[in-house]
Amino acid sequence: MSKLGTLGARLHRGEVGYDFVKNRKIWYGISILITITAILGLAVRGLNMGIEFQGGAVFTTPKHMSASVAQAETYAEEASDHDAIVQKLGDGSLRIQIAGIDTGKSDQIKDALSKDLKVDPEQINADLVGPSWGEQIANKAWEGLGIFMILVVIYLAIAFEWRMALAALVALIHDITITTGIYALVGFEVTPGTVIGLLTILGYSLYDTVVVFDSLKEQTKGITKQTRWTYSDIANQSINGTLMRSINTTVVALLPVAGLLFIGGGVLGAGMLNDISLSLFVGLAAGAYSSIFIATPLVADLKEREPQMKALRKRVLAKRAQAASQGTPEDAEDAAPAVDDEPEDAAPAVVGPRNQPASRNRGRGRPSGKRR
Amino acid sequence: MPWPPPGPPGAQRPEREYEKVAAPKKGRSAGAQSKPWRSLALILIAIVALTGGMFASGNTTPRLGIDLAGGTSITLRAVPERGQESAINKANMDTAVSIMERRVNGLGVSEAEVQTQGNDNIIVNIPKGTNSKQAREQVGTTAKLYFRPVLATEVSGAAASPSPSTSSSPSAGASGGTGDKAGDKTGEKATSTGSATPSATASPQGRAVTDGLKADATPSAGSTASSSPKTSASPSPSASSGSGGDATAKLQAQYAALDCTKKDVRATAGKGVKPTDPTVACGQNSQGQWQKYLLGPAGVDGTDVKKAQAVFNTQTAAGWTVTMEFTSKGAKKFADITGKLAQNQSPQNQFAIVLDGNVVSDPYVSQALTGGNAEITGRFSQEEAQSLANMLSYGALPLTFKEDSVTTVTAALGGDQLHAGLIAGAIGLALVVIYLLVFYRGLSVIAIPSLLVSAILTYTIMALLGPAIGFALNLPAVCGAIVAIGITADSFIVFFERIRDEIREGRSLRPAVERAWPRARRTILVSDFVSFLAAAVLFIVTVGKVQGFAFTLGLTTVLDVVVVFLFTKPLMTILARRKFFANGHKWSGLDPKALGAKPPLRRTRRPSGPAAGPVETKEA
Repeated sequence: MSKLGTLGARLHRGEVGYDFVKNRKIWYGISILITITAILGLAVRGLNMGIEFQGGAVFTTPKHMSASVAQAETYAEEASDHDAIVQKLGDGSLRIQIAGIDTGKSDQIKDALSKDLKVDPEQINADLVGPSWGEQIANKAWEGLGIFMILVVIYLAIAFEWRMALAALVALIHDITITTGIYALVGFEVTPGTVIGLLTILGYSLYDTVVVFDSLKEQTKGITKQTRWTYSDIANQSINGTLMRSINTTVVALLPVAGLLFIGGGVLGAGMLNDISLSLFVGLAAGAYSSIFIATPLVADLKEREPQMKALRKRVLAKRAQAASQGTPEDAEDAAPAVDDEPEDAAPAVVGPRNQPASRNRGRGRPSGKRR
Repeated sequence: MPWPPPGPPGAQRPEREYEKVAAPKKGRSAGAQSKPWRSLALILIAIVALTGGMFASGNTTPRLGIDLAGGTSITLRAVPERGQESAINKANMDTAVSIMERRVNGLGVSEAEVQTQGNDNIIVNIPKGTNSKQAREQVGTTAKLYFRPVLATEVSGAAASPSPSTSSSPSAGASGGTGDKAGDKTGEKATSTGSATPSATASPQGRAVTDGLKADATPSAGSTASSSPKTSASPSPSASSGSGGDATAKLQAQYAALDCTKKDVRATAGKGVKPTDPTVACGQNSQGQWQKYLLGPAGVDGTDVKKAQAVFNTQTAAGWTVTMEFTSKGAKKFADITGKLAQNQSPQNQFAIVLDGNVVSDPYVSQALTGGNAEITGRFSQEEAQSLANMLSYGALPLTFKEDSVTTVTAALGGDQLHAGLIAGAIGLALVVIYLLVFYRGLSVIAIPSLLVSAILTYTIMALLGPAIGFALNLPAVCGAIVAIGITADSFIVFFERIRDEIREGRSLRPAVERAWPRARRTILVSDFVSFLAAAVLFIVTVGKVQGFAFTLGLTTVLDVVVVFLFTKPLMTILARRKFFANGHKWSGLDPKALGAKPPLRRTRRPSGPAAGPVETKEA
């Protein structure tokens, strides 16, 4: 920990600060590449939609079946006149998928199967899905996604500013595209569980982004009053400052999901737990990446286009050039703007203790280190 | 190594004094913080109250969903009739739910629950141990309500089989049944509540029964003519007249053979008959006997009923009655049919209200009922009246229900899934605890109890929500709870990292905590709000499994805020006074040296690099 702690300290002091913003073109490039791959994967391979999206039935037998997969397949095909896919799960139970059958016909098939496989029909789990059910779930999910995006953009635009809202939205779309792209490329089956996982990424991805933005907003207050840092510099500091937290959060969020994935995949073989945790796992990783490498640099990019920030950048660069040519440390002069700022802050404090809270509030996010 | 270097014991004192003096100055935001014990007591009371409530109500475990407990879950989607898309509304869906409840529970299913979800879905959950097939059939059938004239009726199972005297026309059977036990009628009576009654009674008295019913069967005449455009394709005259004789004979035989005391017979009687054809049906009379009916073609469609409600009639001392209001078209049809019925002898002055092929009521008519309002009187109890009113309203629903998904989970698989979910949760929690221990060391004393408090609150609230709002814990909900471990832990991480930042700035712990809190608080609130927003949108928009997930996510997000504010922060404040933490013990997780804090010297701006800039102190 002390190693990590020191790393944290160095990150915090900007000693190790990796310049995320400066190298943003690389990250943008990587992301665009991944996104294009994802879209290509979606277009070419398409998603492997589960039975829930086609309509059909999934029967799961009790554990420890003696019948082989091939046998069960024959039985199922005989019973249904449709192609059947049979998997043997980890605990010896059989999972029989039959696409395209009517919900009404399924009881017959179930009875026939139970006879062939010599199990009590009441012991067979059945999941019967009408052809429009998956579509309905997906449509509702899209609807939810749309509403959520609109609301969250409005909220972020109010709580922060529109640039951040836009950047967060881009990061969100980025995460979802990547996750679905991976599903297409690897060929994982898409089930309602996947959709749930995907929708959770929404919250998580933004959650991460919001934490970085919050710190960015705090630090850039009064940015125009100094000439030492450009917006990009501070954005970079924000990322570096919250990096420890981002890493910790991502690890802590991934651990339970990993537990789910392990149990879902290892013990149950297949099912809801597995589906949710798989898409969550992929999405969380993408979300952590995008909040650091995409969202914040994007805000910096957008922000630097503001005339105010352009002017600031000019001043900062001029100053740096001057300092470099004179070879004098800039810090001495640098204190000046901070001091300019101070009276505002300090004045009420002089008036008396009662006013202190106000000053504290206003002072939040301002240079007040001196008053410590 | 402790940092700052421990001074002589006396050196601790001044700092405590400082806190005491400083506290009042902190004003508003410090109000709650300066009394950490109060918050802790509050949350303790909440836990005790919730746990107590849980044990008192006897719901010590959350109610399990079908996928964890085993059973059958059916999702139905309402499909409106063409041109009536607006029919999918809350009132209609609620009526449909109550009717389905009646049907499912008619199977003797214990605790089957029917509820609406989203705009147009109805979920029927049937616990294990019931015949899921039968339940599905009951739920899946389309409910239709018709008003049909009674041609003949008798107590079923009685030996007497009424033989029709003629069979040349559909209505002829009616005259054959005329002599049937009139006394069996339930004593319900339909009267008009409209003002137009007097004029209607003036209809010609001498008109024959057969004529009236004949007219019903042929589209060319009176009442059916107006109803035929409403009910599917209008029957062609040739069809009804040509095959009429045959069909009637068959129907007569059917009626004669019908034994309503048998359950399976009841279920199949009159199935698949067009509303424009005569049919047979079963019903229960007021004495609880099963009665069979031979019924004429539907005179009024359920969709013609605009509104029906149970009313306690104080004026006529009739007790509970059911009032019906018809649409303008329905009013006309109803006036026609009752006008005809009123002239008949019992039982042919009765009309049967047929729901799903079962006669739910068979009031007799003494006069033509015009004006679009009618009242059914009888010796109803309040419940009966309300149930009849409900059924009548249901008939007005221009909705059919489509089976969208049926999931049958055996108890064995349900148990397995619950087990797996719990193990996954335990593993996840254990991993998080280990990570927190390694990374935050002493601070885990705060983090782990916070997680525990969160877990206890979540569990008790879930257990209590079962009976309160019918919340059932399903697999996605378990997933949501596991995922929420991350969100809850993140709040501590934000807070702890802020404190560490402050310590790196060279502050001692207590000021560091107080300074870190307002910033951490804002971050936590903003990010939790986003998370809650996602959960809320999902909950409102989606159906089924997604909804269960969204619910737990939202619940745990709210609890996260509660726990951080009322537990984590106060506990941190209290522990910050302990030497172990305040001195930055090596194992406290707050060792300034390990964190790489700046020396406690007063401000040396110069060497500290970029971070010493004017904005630097605000860093996260």
